[in-house]
Amino acid sequence: MQEHDISWVRTEMALAETAPRSQTGLGAWVRKNLFATPFDSVLTIIALLAVASFLPRILDWLFFSAVWTGTDRTACLTTEQGGQLPAGWSGACWPFVSGRFGQFMFGRYPMDERWRVVLTGILFILLLAPLLIPRAPFKKLNAILFFGVFPFVAFLLLVGGAFGLRYVETPLWGGLMVTLVISYVGIVVSLPLGIILALGRRSHMPIVKLLSVIFIETVRGVPLVTVLFMASFMLPLFVPPGTSFDKLLRALIGVALFASAYMAEVVRGGLQAIPKGQYEGADSLGLGYWPKMGLIIMPQALKLVIPGIVNTFIGMFKDTTLVLIISMFDLLGVVKQNISGDPTWATPQTAKTGYIFAAAIFWVFCFGMSRYSQYMERRLDTGHKR
Amino acid sequence: MTGEHVLPGLLSCRNNKTKAGRDRHQVKGNHVSEHVIREESVRVPLIYDPRVRSIFFQLLLVALLALGIWWIVDNTIENLRRSNISTGFAFLRGRAGFDISDRLIDYTSDSSYGRALLVGIANTLAVAAAGIVTATILGFLVGIGRLSQNWLIRKLAMIYVEVFRNIPPLLVILFWYQGVLAVLPNVRDSLSLPLGSYLNNRGFYFPKLVWEPGSGLILAGFVAAVILSWYVARRARARQMATGERFPVFLTSAGLIIGLPLLAYLVSGMPVSVDYPQKGTFNLTGGTNIKPEFLSLYLALSFYTASFIAEIVRAGIMGVPKGQTEAYSALGMSSNDGLRLVVIPQAMRIIIPPLTSQYLNLTKNSSLAVAIGYPDLYAIGGTILNQTGQAIEVVVIFMTVYLSISILTSLFMNWFNTKMALKER
Repeated sequence: MQEHDISWVRTEMALAETAPRSQTGLGAWVRKNLFATPFDSVLTIIALLAVASFLPRILDWLFFSAVWTGTDRTACLTTEQGGQLPAGWSGACWPFVSGRFGQFMFGRYPMDERWRVVLTGILFILLLAPLLIPRAPFKKLNAILFFGVFPFVAFLLLVGGAFGLRYVETPLWGGLMVTLVISYVGIVVSLPLGIILALGRRSHMPIVKLLSVIFIETVRGVPLVTVLFMASFMLPLFVPPGTSFDKLLRALIGVALFASAYMAEVVRGGLQAIPKGQYEGADSLGLGYWPKMGLIIMPQALKLVIPGIVNTFIGMFKDTTLVLIISMFDLLGVVKQNISGDPTWATPQTAKTGYIFAAAIFWVFCFGMSRYSQYMERRLDTGHKR
Repeated sequence: MTGEHVLPGLLSCRNNKTKAGRDRHQVKGNHVSEHVIREESVRVPLIYDPRVRSIFFQLLLVALLALGIWWIVDNTIENLRRSNISTGFAFLRGRAGFDISDRLIDYTSDSSYGRALLVGIANTLAVAAAGIVTATILGFLVGIGRLSQNWLIRKLAMIYVEVFRNIPPLLVILFWYQGVLAVLPNVRDSLSLPLGSYLNNRGFYFPKLVWEPGSGLILAGFVAAVILSWYVARRARARQMATGERFPVFLTSAGLIIGLPLLAYLVSGMPVSVDYPQKGTFNLTGGTNIKPEFLSLYLALSFYTASFIAEIVRAGIMGVPKGQTEAYSALGMSSNDGLRLVVIPQAMRIIIPPLTSQYLNLTKNSSLAVAIGYPDLYAIGGTILNQTGQAIEVVVIFMTVYLSISILTSLFMNWFNTKMALKER
């Protein structure tokens, strides 16, 4: 080894220069993100003007000018309409929501029995929450309780008629409770039914395949309203004369069948994305059809289509509102009934207030579901995506 | 299905190439081959033969289905007999007896049920077509907005999408109908909007163009302009293919389509007059009126579907690899040309299939009209059912019409999709 004079090599690293003034700080951010080009600047200014004109008005309507207390419509009427507020006033009428809150949640469910609904709700949350948190233990037991045992407990609690609980007939049900019942049943029924239909559609047996295709395509081709209509008008014709059919049950059947057709298509997408080698691998291990599907194909396929499944759930949750068309009262139905059929709160602002309240509740549920699905998607991503 | 009866040991026995593996499987292998020999001499029992099993299960399924249908049909006939409802479509010729306020084709309460259904179908198609056009334009704008360089635009587009995607369409319809349009001022205090149009709780009134005799020339001018533009586009393309020179097709066509009808209008002595709505004490006369039912349904469906279309557009544009953008810049194309000739044609391939299903969804969602009393197919069918009790026939009509609309839209979009698809050798 030969000694070199290496004095021309720096012995210590030069300190990094700070970025130029024009590239840092708020000014640079604004220039880059809001005023990059002349066209951008025009857009920004228009958008700023729009926000500046609408946002204060919306906030004012929702909070600052809104009425918060009152017992009936006079609280939310202007002087020319026979109330106290100054002429030209416009704002939300929140006492309408707080006064009718019980109805929005439970419908006409008897006052003394509402603890049963609350208890069911608490049980639902207690079972659902650990199921959603990936780190919580006892997943299998939890799932069995949630999907297998909870429906029966909930049925007993909500319907009653045994163990000293008063019988509450379903026409008294209403509000958010009905929305959640329909969604829960829809989800619990449609997923397995959808999987079976998807497998049927990909089956090698021609008759099974044909029947699945006919069912899926017919249901997907018509609006849910038509399916509900069929369920409410034609199901009673199909059963032996004299048998009565619960209205809620009819709606549940309609929603579940409708959702399972959509679910089948989502699951089929997942099945198609599984490479043929996986099927052959399972075959070569000597697995029969059901173990092959249950142990090898389905876990992979379902994982692929989680976003699609949750989208179907969200769609179904939103679609539960349609039961108001066959005159049942879910959350939206109750709100609408209180707006158009109740003179106690008939003011020009009632409708807007009520619908915004309902929209907020639906929005929270749907947004929560979509965010959770994104989280799950990231968590389950094994990095094998092509 | 075919793999079910391959014996597991047989495969592993053949595949063991290593000595160790052979040794390990020696005992088992012998056992298996004996087993195989035995199996070959005795035939596979019928219940393990996949073909036999498949036929058996399908027959079972058909039998169960036939039994179920027979049971349903039997019950239905019995139920119908008890409630004295005759089956068949003869009721369609009966007098309807109800009025329909919003209609596109002639109809009076003396018309037949069949005519009423036609009015309903026309209304469904009208609201669906208007909604599809608006939702597409709005959806593309918002979708592109979500990819904008501009932070503010991006965030506003995101808020729009997240709000409307997560609220039930029916709620939006009711909000417009009962929350916004129903509390508008009455006719006497109508809100005046630009261009002589008015907005009040009976809907939206805007001026109507009256085509007087001689205005046929304008239409002729328009048709001629369209044909000429098509011809120009064709020639320009041929020329570009042959010589590489480009021709401003868009500007020429725009000039033709605006200029020729305008010329015809001037030449024929300005035969078009405008009928402005006149404010009376109790009503607005003249002009065209769009009813609040149509307006709220149309607005709600467009806003709701646009949020989905925006996401589809965003996914489509993001699905075009970045290399394509870099490639057209490297070729020296301007970003406008690049977007129009490179990115959008490729994005459209990703966008079209899900866009089709959004169009179908919008059409199906138009059946929510029944909640606010817009007389679409579903609402009219429901009225007819209440009057005649012909549940099965009405449901069959619903299914037929909606399924045909679905199939026609899919066929059209599939044709469009093949036209846009990658042309490979």
